[in-house]
Amino acid sequence: MEIGRGAEAVITLEESAVRKWRIPKGYRLPELDEQIRRERTIREARITSEARRCGVPTPIIKDVLKFDLIMEHIGGQKLKDVITPALSEQVGEIVGKLHKAGIIHGDLTTSNMILRDGRIYLIDFGLAFHEGSVEAQGVDVHVYFQTLESTHDRPDELIDAFALGYARTQPGAEAVLERVKEIKARGRYL
Amino acid sequence: MIIFGLEGTAWNLSAALVDEKRVIAEKSATYVPAKGGIHPREASQHHAENMAKVVGSILATAREQDLKIDGIAFSQGPGLGPCLRTVATAARMLSLRIGVPLLGVNHCVAHIEVGKWQSEAQDPAIIYVSGANSQVLALRRGRYRIFGETLDISIGNAIDKFARSVGLAHPGGPKVEELARNAKQYISLPYTVKGMDLSFSGMSTAATEAAKKHDLADVCHSLQETAFAMLVEVTERAMAHAEKSEVLLVGGVGANKRLGQMLNTMCEERGAKFHLPDRKYMGDNGSMIAYNGLLMLKCGIVTPISESHVRPGYRPDEVDVVWA
Repeated sequence: MEIGRGAEAVITLEESAVRKWRIPKGYRLPELDEQIRRERTIREARITSEARRCGVPTPIIKDVLKFDLIMEHIGGQKLKDVITPALSEQVGEIVGKLHKAGIIHGDLTTSNMILRDGRIYLIDFGLAFHEGSVEAQGVDVHVYFQTLESTHDRPDELIDAFALGYARTQPGAEAVLERVKEIKARGRYL
Repeated sequence: MIIFGLEGTAWNLSAALVDEKRVIAEKSATYVPAKGGIHPREASQHHAENMAKVVGSILATAREQDLKIDGIAFSQGPGLGPCLRTVATAARMLSLRIGVPLLGVNHCVAHIEVGKWQSEAQDPAIIYVSGANSQVLALRRGRYRIFGETLDISIGNAIDKFARSVGLAHPGGPKVEELARNAKQYISLPYTVKGMDLSFSGMSTAATEAAKKHDLADVCHSLQETAFAMLVEVTERAMAHAEKSEVLLVGGVGANKRLGQMLNTMCEERGAKFHLPDRKYMGDNGSMIAYNGLLMLKCGIVTPISESHVRPGYRPDEVDVVWA
């Protein structure tokens, strides 16, 4: 049974597990398309499990195929639909743990966070990678802030709450939040 | 209602006259750098030198057809400071001389509005690609929110930089598109998306390096395929996130046929609708400024002279889109 369709994958429920199939994209050259789908599938499997070992709630990966992942079903609500400052603070704590462990998520939007029983699960590690630099962490946080600004009302409260949680688990938080401001000013027509 | 619009944020000085239904007249003067890319001061001097000719031609049309102008719209930003100041000065003078309101238009929003006007887009995700900007936007609660954008240089700038490095004259985009048609193979280049954001700077440099070893047509092809796949991917991600089922392509790079084709394929595969406005509304033009000014004046929004200062860093999400 199909239970979801994101930008790059079809999600089906098979017994109690979820299958995430990265579908071919006709707009990309076949060689580029295959390379991207294969790399992201492997990357997602590896880093989802790693993040879990660092205390970040993520689904348990059960199997990895060429373009498919079989994983635990997290049936909850997308954070996009339910976010509050208290939840954004919790996001801050989770992202802080991830960054402290040297992992960058790469796509921190509120569509990639699921709330179940009061816990926030991070999903979609297809763009994740290992890096501990202030710059990489800053871009990761910038992507999250940008979603708050584009998708949610009163983003300032959500951003402040995130910063609170992030500083609690990430010793280098201050430098990262400072870098976010600089990143925001780049690439703009001045 | 008839609005006079003046555009001149960068390479093109363009004046136009529009009403609710059509573009009545448009006249442009294009700045072509003697060498290298756009030089802000030289571009503004070009605009100043051509202002009388461009503006005069449109005013003459209004006189001949006995049309009464109801407002003067100008691109207030974003753009190159010296160019913006030249345009704003001319617009203020016209507004005072004719005795009609001044309308300060956001250049990015004008691209979107003319695109909607010239297509049947209702509530699309918008991909805005030009020499200076690369953004994915959508309307939410009265503003065009930026879902993703470049973290360094724009796609147009990336292509132009590469083109200059291999000896192609400015603007490089059309020449790269032409050369890419004769390619025989794909060369892998850095593919950088971060959520809904992008980065083109590393890819542009890598393409310059690749051109030292590979056939130029192959590199042009690879540059387009890589960069456009990144753009299409973030557009699709924004559609999924913002729950939009239409795409509108606007901005100068939107004239590239391969980009339009790729966006169209993506939309077909998702069951979404793709809107591609006529090529003449893609690059910077006076009609888009005039049309956006018309939307503003219809809602009673005018720009007093005291608030008509140029805004080089004007962001599209600063504009209250009360007309939508």
